[in-house]
Amino acid sequence: MIEEQFSIGDSFVHNLDPRVKIIVAIIFSVVVAVSTSFSALLPALVVAVILILLAKLPVGKVFYRLLFVNGLILFLWFLLPFTFQGDALFTVGPLVGTKEGVLYVSQITFKSNTILLAMIALLATIPISTLGHAMRQLYVPDKAVHLFLFTYRYIHVIFQEYQRLVNAMRIRGFIPKTNIHTYKSYAYLVGILLVRSYDRAERIHKAMLCRGFTGRYYTLSRFSVRTRDLVYLTVMLAAILGLVMLQWRVTI
Amino acid sequence: MHISEGVLSAPVLITGAALAVAAISVGLKKMDSDKIPEVAVLSSAFFVASLIHVPVGPSSVHLILNGINGLLLGWLCFPSILVALTLQAILFQFGGITVLGVNTVNMALPGVICYHLFGRLASQEKRIVSLVAAFSCGFFAVLFSGILVALSLVFTEESFMAVAKLIVLAHLPVMIIEGIITLFCVTFLKRVKPELLGGIYGKGS
Repeated sequence: MIEEQFSIGDSFVHNLDPRVKIIVAIIFSVVVAVSTSFSALLPALVVAVILILLAKLPVGKVFYRLLFVNGLILFLWFLLPFTFQGDALFTVGPLVGTKEGVLYVSQITFKSNTILLAMIALLATIPISTLGHAMRQLYVPDKAVHLFLFTYRYIHVIFQEYQRLVNAMRIRGFIPKTNIHTYKSYAYLVGILLVRSYDRAERIHKAMLCRGFTGRYYTLSRFSVRTRDLVYLTVMLAAILGLVMLQWRVTI
Repeated sequence: MHISEGVLSAPVLITGAALAVAAISVGLKKMDSDKIPEVAVLSSAFFVASLIHVPVGPSSVHLILNGINGLLLGWLCFPSILVALTLQAILFQFGGITVLGVNTVNMALPGVICYHLFGRLASQEKRIVSLVAAFSCGFFAVLFSGILVALSLVFTEESFMAVAKLIVLAHLPVMIIEGIITLFCVTFLKRVKPELLGGIYGKGS
């Protein structure tokens, strides 16, 4: 359930320097998020799709991820066209859908999918541990990075613990329903999960102290920026600059 | 209660990010370096617990638990929730980079508020006081989150008003369930591990 579905691969994108990918992902997402013009959003979507293709990710899995977010957006499609003020475009019974509303929701749909695709192509293709070290080199505070890496490390351990507890509940005939008994059982499940992880945390802390832990996390991985990283960075920055110019109608 | 990428306007995103950076640095400052593994293990427990789906009639909702997170971690709930949301963004693509700040504030700020409002009351000896405080902690944390999400949407575009109201209304059953879960969870912790409720990490140095 908790796995890095896209992080393993040997494509061009997988082999790029993670720091370059993080920087590009952030700048690209921010530009797309603040864009409002379709003449910028359309090319942005094309760029995102190209990134996905370059990463050679399984299309089915990527599509499945998009499906979830678009479920939420579908909800906006049912509401926003009717709450927006503007010229009438169509009517459903007494409700009037406006042109402005439809344009606004389309904008959101484009932005969401574009940013999501770019995130899958650029960030989800970095293994979490590498991502942590890359963030550190990009001046994210040490404490935050350590918390990030440790949390990810223990999610798997705690998840196994959780599955064991749920199995124990099932063996004893627990069937979740809408009643107080169910909520109480789940609350105790959360409680015991917290208690066990607290006890485990103490043991881990002591074990780490024994091994000389002083709050620093050393890494052996070294990143290096190669020619192709620089080429990629330049091309992407140029593309993003193009999007900015399309959005704000700047002409050279 | 994530807001997806591409929905919010630039001013809302920037405000959210700025608030998040400020609050996270407070949280990080209160977290001793050698306590990081312990806070991390609790954070991962919350991450896993939020995957639990509880039934509500024919459908189900997943637990949010930002109330009890605040109760146990105090200000550290900001870095803890930031990490959880970052992991969710990368592993499941729920939420994303540009909304990370807004989403962190929307989830963690209610946790910190509830910690200050109900933290001391929840660990009191008197049974009825502690029960009411624990329920309120879970209930109001989700309510405040709902309101913050609604505000983020309405400040983006006034036409979101209807959507925003619907979101707060739809979370009413979630508030009640979170209240009940938090209530039982606090009673359980008081019996089994009372020191956890003392806000051991919350106070910090």
